[in-house]
Amino acid sequence: MSNGQSRFHVPTPPFRPGDAPDFSYLNLPKAGTAKRPDALAPWRDTSDLAVGLVGVLDHNHQAVGDWDPKLSPELLREGLSHMVLTRIYDERMLKLQRQGKMSFYMKSTGEEAVAVAGAMALRPNDMVFPSYRQQGILFARGRNIVDMMSHCISNSRDNLKGRQLPVHYAWAEGHFYTISGNLGTQFPQAVGYAMACAYKGEDRVAASWIGDGTTAEGDFHGALTLASTYRAPVILNVVNNQWAISSHQNIALGDAPTFASKGLGYGLASLRVDGNDFLAVYAATQWAAERARKGGGATLIEMFTYRADAHSTSDDPSKYRPKGEFDSWPLGDPIERLKQHLIGKGEWDEARHEKLVETMTALVVKSYKEAESHGTLHDGPLSPTESIFEDVYARPDWRLRRQRQDLGV
Amino acid sequence: MPAMNIIQALNSAMDVLLDTDPDVIIFGEDAGYFGGVFKATDGLQAKYGLDRVFDAPINEAAIAAMAIGMAARGLKPIAEIQFADYIFPAIDQIVSEMSRIRYRSAGQFTSGCVIRSPWGGGIRGGQTHSMSPEAFFTHVPGLQVVVPSNPYDAKGMLIAAVESGDPVIFFEPKRIYNGPFDGVPDKPLASWARHPKGEVPEGRYTVELGKAEVVREGAACTLITYGTLVHVAEAAAEHSGLDLEIIDLKSLVPYDIETIAASVNKTGRVVVAQEAPRTSGFAAELAAQIQEECFYALEAPIFRLTGWDTPYPHAHEWAYFPTRDRMIRALKTVTEA
Repeated sequence: MSNGQSRFHVPTPPFRPGDAPDFSYLNLPKAGTAKRPDALAPWRDTSDLAVGLVGVLDHNHQAVGDWDPKLSPELLREGLSHMVLTRIYDERMLKLQRQGKMSFYMKSTGEEAVAVAGAMALRPNDMVFPSYRQQGILFARGRNIVDMMSHCISNSRDNLKGRQLPVHYAWAEGHFYTISGNLGTQFPQAVGYAMACAYKGEDRVAASWIGDGTTAEGDFHGALTLASTYRAPVILNVVNNQWAISSHQNIALGDAPTFASKGLGYGLASLRVDGNDFLAVYAATQWAAERARKGGGATLIEMFTYRADAHSTSDDPSKYRPKGEFDSWPLGDPIERLKQHLIGKGEWDEARHEKLVETMTALVVKSYKEAESHGTLHDGPLSPTESIFEDVYARPDWRLRRQRQDLGV
Repeated sequence: MPAMNIIQALNSAMDVLLDTDPDVIIFGEDAGYFGGVFKATDGLQAKYGLDRVFDAPINEAAIAAMAIGMAARGLKPIAEIQFADYIFPAIDQIVSEMSRIRYRSAGQFTSGCVIRSPWGGGIRGGQTHSMSPEAFFTHVPGLQVVVPSNPYDAKGMLIAAVESGDPVIFFEPKRIYNGPFDGVPDKPLASWARHPKGEVPEGRYTVELGKAEVVREGAACTLITYGTLVHVAEAAAEHSGLDLEIIDLKSLVPYDIETIAASVNKTGRVVVAQEAPRTSGFAAELAAQIQEECFYALEAPIFRLTGWDTPYPHAHEWAYFPTRDRMIRALKTVTEA
């Protein structure tokens, strides 16, 4: 590394457009090889897991090893269904954005297991502080799709009154915190929430998700410090999807071995998990939730995955990474892997899968029609204009009352 | 009623809140066992326990974020930022998050909490322990910003702030923690015991946020200020013999335009005073609003008496601070115009 002289160094991605993607450098451990410590084991017992990889589904789509959560076929089919819906929803919303139906969109393609399995392994009243790429949580928690779409097209039914960019959902009833566009702010907030649950003597936990790039933010370090200091019942997920818009994960990672390994320095249980393996995500989240609920404190989980599409509708990934990179991704596609697992168990087949895709597609199409009947950003109706002056404070003061008069609404 | 200084009054407010509301929780750097570097939380951990009053790591952003998360679960956090000068690492959490949770979730979540912070100069604190950064926060929709100027208001406003349900930036003029200051440097410290607002009831009471107070009535000129300078203004009135009307603003957001306009319409002359640097300071907002409301009543240009557009100097503190004598010069400029 060194020739005895300091050198200015800026890391580069392993490949850029025009290069042939080759992920062999990742050296990922095989599924089933990671040991599963007791959920209340000392954090040191996770040291190997922080630089290894918790995986359950092997290359033959069989569940193997200590971490197999041994889920029922019904639950697995439910998970598959939520992931399929998430993907179809994302595809449809992207198309609608291209047609000018909404200002902006962010897909979660390739990362569906992170959100769906994570949410399913939690209790429905555990509080989630997501980033903008965990829409799968909403499907797993049963949010009405028309409501989700109504938010994205900012119509009169938008529960956020048109105040947020699309995909920045908030849903108190589903214990889903309001999503911020400022990166990482929700991480230490989730710790505060978890501390409040503990303070009140509840056995609820909080969970949050940020991206690999966001680990460079001070709030990442603040959250880990708080989580460790106060042993908060919180699960802190770093979704390492390899890319922060156009910056490769190594711009935030530096020479650290993994993002999960950063948790060890704080004295936190830390796991790196195959984020494209529904069973592994479920098992790791379940482990961390049990640890948190039983007083073992926080866990940092790196969900190792791949952002299969653009960051948002505002960037073109072919400008910064090779086309077809996702096809070379060694951890595959989370939906395909769970589907093949279920087929291998005799609990699913191609015909049923096709039917599922058809049903979900029809649901999404029908839901959008209904959502549009409540208006669109372009053509209205929107929330009433005077609503821009509401909710700034519990009660508007004289400035807001006057300004509303000035606007004539 | 017992005489209290501002520290004791704040301590009494937090004592009342901790005693009567199990959702109140207090934290900050050195705020637990030690009771804070200015001792505002002194004795509260011993009285209410480690889970009610505790030390926080030195990470102001995390402190603010912790308050936001706790407020989402229904707690009423009071977080101490050790000096107002140290609040900037928390600016994203306060400005982009805390202020907007109610709005961006359309009322589904709220972030009612109080950020207490010792504020202002006149204590030989140099540029990192003397700032008055209120204007950074008065510019932010969703925040309330208040600065009490005496023990009675400090206690009543802190209780009102905690009970308001919305985030409050609660700046405490540390120069007058232990006694009023007349703006004449290097005199022995006065005592709150001889000030009427040093009389502080023991139990719960509130001082309404958003309401200013005319602390001295007069006809020649209106002086509008907050915090330490309220006492400098009183000294300036006494020393100069000017028939000065003094408004203690108390709340900057929202500010009490009715009380201001009534006074200005009566006197026709205005000095707006702040310790902070001049450009884009809160005095500018007041001056602009006053001319919109009261232009035809004005007999002279509105005068802004402020700190300079420099960092807060250490050795030349009194050349920076709007002292009594500088205030008298400003008042003469306006009353003789």
